[in-house]
Amino acid sequence: METIYKILESIRPESNFKNSENFIDDGLLDSFDIVSLVNELEEEYDILVDALDILPDNFSSLNAISALVAKSGGKIED
Amino acid sequence: MKTKFSGKRISSIIGIVPELESFFDDEVENYPFPAKQTLKLKKVMGYKKHRVVKPETAASDLCIYGLDYLLKKEIIRKDEIGAIIVTTTFPDHFIPPVSNLIQGHYQLPDDVVCLDISQGCVAFVVGLMEAFMILDHLEPGKKALVFSTDVLSKKVSKQDRNSYPLIGDGAGVAIVENDPGAKEIPFVLHNNGAMGKALIIPAGGSRMPSNAETAEMRDFNGDGNLRSLDNLTMDGTGVFNFVQSEVPPMISELLSGQNLSIEDIDWFLFHQPNKFMLRKLAEKIGIPYEKMPMNLVENFGNSSGATIPICLTFNLAEEMKENVYRCCLASFGSGLTWGAMIIELGNLDVCELLISNC
Repeated sequence: METIYKILESIRPESNFKNSENFIDDGLLDSFDIVSLVNELEEEYDILVDALDILPDNFSSLNAISALVAKSGGKIED
Repeated sequence: MKTKFSGKRISSIIGIVPELESFFDDEVENYPFPAKQTLKLKKVMGYKKHRVVKPETAASDLCIYGLDYLLKKEIIRKDEIGAIIVTTTFPDHFIPPVSNLIQGHYQLPDDVVCLDISQGCVAFVVGLMEAFMILDHLEPGKKALVFSTDVLSKKVSKQDRNSYPLIGDGAGVAIVENDPGAKEIPFVLHNNGAMGKALIIPAGGSRMPSNAETAEMRDFNGDGNLRSLDNLTMDGTGVFNFVQSEVPPMISELLSGQNLSIEDIDWFLFHQPNKFMLRKLAEKIGIPYEKMPMNLVENFGNSSGATIPICLTFNLAEEMKENVYRCCLASFGSGLTWGAMIIELGNLDVCELLISNC
């Protein structure tokens, strides 16, 4: 989980993801941030995220992102 | 619409881009985001540089630059032109049509068909469809010219990081003619007007004429991007999901209808919205990256309906002069509209990318 936090903070350094219950509703991530995030998750976890899974709900929280990584075949170790 | 066209071929294709290049690195400070965050999009989206026209350049100027070249090289004669089909979203004027301006510029006969089509990203495919149909009604020996031209840099806010870096200006011209020996061209076209506002320029038409209020720069979405109602705006997530949901089944429909597989197609020449979207489409459809050029945005920008001819002439100019390939052309965008065809391309009289002084 810490790895995903680090990726999120590198994309939006000014945002406090740990205090947000919904990254999308709180305006922490927009559609272009999601593109950056998908690219970094694919590189970090050596996965390919299915295009049809690139939906806001799958990026709304740390748990949602972790679930997406797992669904895409990635292993969350931390 | 699902059909096949017979006895038609493209004999020449040229792309035309402006000479002026604008570099993403130089634009970063225009966007209301931390530079580090913005630069992350460079690699993923293919933001590197794009071409934009001069302030005085209009859509027809790029077309005329291209046709001047074709006439000068005697690839086509004036008396062979039977139809001028222009696709654009940003014509020189609301009235008259760009096609008429071109006909007038060259003093072509008054029986030349002049037709403007208001289409964006799907424009080249729709323009070819019209050319195939019109050719059935032209005198023997007459040819149709399809111009896809757009200068949308003029309608995108330079303070909109989600749109400006990927937009490019440009045009493509195809000479289309009757050829009884040409192979059939399977074709599909779909529309979903209910999603039309996902890609829209809200003001400037009869619904909301432009005025001082529509020109005011605002942060409409609360995301920091500044644009006015006169600028192009896009629901990025909505458009992305539309493309990824609708384009793969369209390609499957087209191929399976001909008992063809991905391996049977030499080149997948798709509209070029951005590198990320194309990479995801290729993964979803199962197209090897090497069969699907996706380098237009990083070199020229997304020039709306002109991307397929510019992509073809940039990447495959030499190959297309000497060989013949089975190609799948596909495009998708404003409307929302998506369409595709399988067509043999090659042995072209001209296949060149021109750098214009427009």
